[in-house]
Amino acid sequence: MILVGELALWVALLMAAWSAVASFSGGALGRDDLVTSGRRGLYATWAMVTLASIGLWTALLTHDFSLKYVASNTAANMPKVYVFAAFWGGQAGSMLFWSLILASYSAIAIWSVREKSRDLAPWAAGTLAAILLFFIATTCFKANPYDRLSFIPVDGRGMNPQLQNPGMAIHPPNLYLGYVATAIPFAFAIAALVTRKLDAEWLSIVRRWSLVSWFFLTIGITLGMWWAYVELGWSGYWAWDPVENASLLPWLTGTAFLHSIMIQEKRGMLRKWNVVLVVTTFLLAIFGTFLTRSGIIESVHSFAQSPVGVWFGAFFFTILAATIYFVATRLRDLEAKAELESMVSREAAFLYNNLVLVGIAFSVLWGTLFPVLSEWVRGSKITVGPPFFNTVNVPLGLLLLALTGIGPLIAWRKASTANLKRQFVVPVIVGLGTGALLLAMGMRNFHALVAYTLAGFVSGTIGQEFYKGIGARRVIHGEGVLPAAFRLVARNRRRYGGYIVHAGIVILFSAFAGLAFKKDYDLQLKAGETKELVDPLGHHWKFISQGVSTSETLNRFVTAVGLEVTRDGVPQGIVTSEKRQHFDSNKQPQFEPSTEVGIRTSAALDLYVVLAGVRNETAELRISFNPLVVWVWIGGLVMAIGGLIVMWPQTERRRAPSGYVATLAPATREPAVVR
Amino acid sequence: MGRSPATVILLVDNDFSPAAPMAKARTKFLVGGALVLGTAGYLMATSIKDTGMYYLTPTELANKLSADPTFRNTGVKMGARVVAGSIQRVPGGKEYAFTVTDGARVYPVIYRGIAPDTFTDGADVVVEGRMGPDGTFHATTLLAKCASRYENAPGQPGSQKYKQTPGYKAGARA
Repeated sequence: MILVGELALWVALLMAAWSAVASFSGGALGRDDLVTSGRRGLYATWAMVTLASIGLWTALLTHDFSLKYVASNTAANMPKVYVFAAFWGGQAGSMLFWSLILASYSAIAIWSVREKSRDLAPWAAGTLAAILLFFIATTCFKANPYDRLSFIPVDGRGMNPQLQNPGMAIHPPNLYLGYVATAIPFAFAIAALVTRKLDAEWLSIVRRWSLVSWFFLTIGITLGMWWAYVELGWSGYWAWDPVENASLLPWLTGTAFLHSIMIQEKRGMLRKWNVVLVVTTFLLAIFGTFLTRSGIIESVHSFAQSPVGVWFGAFFFTILAATIYFVATRLRDLEAKAELESMVSREAAFLYNNLVLVGIAFSVLWGTLFPVLSEWVRGSKITVGPPFFNTVNVPLGLLLLALTGIGPLIAWRKASTANLKRQFVVPVIVGLGTGALLLAMGMRNFHALVAYTLAGFVSGTIGQEFYKGIGARRVIHGEGVLPAAFRLVARNRRRYGGYIVHAGIVILFSAFAGLAFKKDYDLQLKAGETKELVDPLGHHWKFISQGVSTSETLNRFVTAVGLEVTRDGVPQGIVTSEKRQHFDSNKQPQFEPSTEVGIRTSAALDLYVVLAGVRNETAELRISFNPLVVWVWIGGLVMAIGGLIVMWPQTERRRAPSGYVATLAPATREPAVVR
Repeated sequence: MGRSPATVILLVDNDFSPAAPMAKARTKFLVGGALVLGTAGYLMATSIKDTGMYYLTPTELANKLSADPTFRNTGVKMGARVVAGSIQRVPGGKEYAFTVTDGARVYPVIYRGIAPDTFTDGADVVVEGRMGPDGTFHATTLLAKCASRYENAPGQPGSQKYKQTPGYKAGARA
């Protein structure tokens, strides 16, 4: 099977090359036989890459240490699930994994449009095959997981213990699924540009795949934060590290696109901008890979530096040049079909939303690249850290949050004063009420107060939308509250799914704002010693050390400290934090020791205990109270659920035909449900 | 900061004569957009100025210091490798003393706080702080990474590398 897989990888390379050539020439010459052949070549590429992947999984699971990749990423004593996950744990495997996802996506995307889009499909298939060709070629020539060692080691080197975590087993696949899905909209954008067919047809395909990408990126980023929080022991989940930023960038531009595409659908505006966003999102996804693989930026994530960086750089600039050429030669086909009519319109709110999202993306990119840029320009490397990102992005983020509440309240085209009054009263009161209440309760942090006021405002908006929608259904269809709520969402998935995503954003921002009240303590405890601490909510916590213990399990030595915890005199059980030293099958230590954090989660705050070290039987501990952290995960989950609702194919009833022609006719001044 | 120009405009601008030319809305949007981007740009520029830090190797730091002795008062980040066997824990405190090098210059470093798991002999570290008058670098933060986190570094297993690690001796007895 391993040999079959290795061969399949090379066959895949040939198939992808053929598919690209046949599809492009078939499209250019209008020859159906070539187009069909190119399409089949793409399916064949998928089959071959799948075989190659199965081959690598076989090698991993059978511990074939003659393969360098298997030997350097796994060991015989590792839990099976992480051996399986080692497929994407190293560089060569993750390149193959990337190809696998891209091939699968491409096959699905092209198969689903083979009858409908006879014009676009050949060019999209060709573009996807060309991208696949790049990834498979990089895998074959620069990072081949089937490379063999000149000898067969008895055991492999194992996997970094920090990666042996359930979050790490599923975080990279989600991120990859998100990254790679940006290639489909890109391919269809190129196809639409080449054929000059830039209307409703490509939009619906592109929108669907952008949602897929957004959905998986959301899950991937959330899981990444969770992994960093529970595994790295620095008591935070986001450090503005380049690799984190790289995953955020396509998410930001993708989110901008999912909003601006609505303007194009309804009004025929922003057509150039949308093409630019689609391409930018893909480029940022490629850039993210390049960034993490090339070692050009100092990152705590430091992947192995490798020669694929050069390949990625060349690939990146090829795409950029091609896109600039096509957009420049097709400017006239991209003229807007309508103009912005008023500043007080949903279009304007969406435009600002786009501006802010892209602004955030730009500042994150700037901050990430600043060390490189400053070295080029001024000769010395200057780094910017979390203070930079926070100074810029906290105000922009708050503005974005405000727009999340404003957008849904304003009518398309031009809102009347009556419309504004009717729509804004409740949300504004809810927002100001929230802020006033927190102020009265003694909250004095400016940014947090603004954040919670805006969170209240957006909640008011979402609540009002659901209230009105449910009310309308109850009157018209005589339904109960719950059936009405269910059908409201089910029949208007895009709209109410979107509101659920917004609710997730509110939860997320509220959780972020909670970090303003975080408290950390460093302390040293001998067995039997006691320490009392006060958390940000004023509760008194008492910690009694049970002393340090050591033990040995499957593949690690463990040093643990147990703390008996009481809160305001009420026992909370025992919180344990561990230091783990992993070893190989000869009991030789491997890797640096890793920390197993003791976390006690509640809705209000997390107790976060890290065993920093042990000296003379004294445990050195860092104890943090992290407010509202659990809501970060919940917010991410709510966003993902909302995204799933939006994506779910609508089957019960046909949507009103999308496109500006259909919706321009009645001057919808109010949101549809209020009518 | 806080309330941004765009929010204000959207809420305040209620004048909508039916004949208002479209160009006007467009201009207003552009002005609002310029305000938002301008504010963002201003924040970026000032925060880079206020919080940006030189990221230097020991050699570069030495050059800067000899060119301009007042550079001592500037906070910098220094990226270097921990000299094997140099990590010492100062008795009775949470201080670490160690030396770092880039192969050419060697500097002693004092760091007070909790060191990350990856802080070991031979690790690449980034220390943030300033150079004291005694020629010792006083670090306020310490970041460390192993040479390659995702692919286990080659090296002799069971070497002395991990023996110096805090927390190692207590548990790991091979």
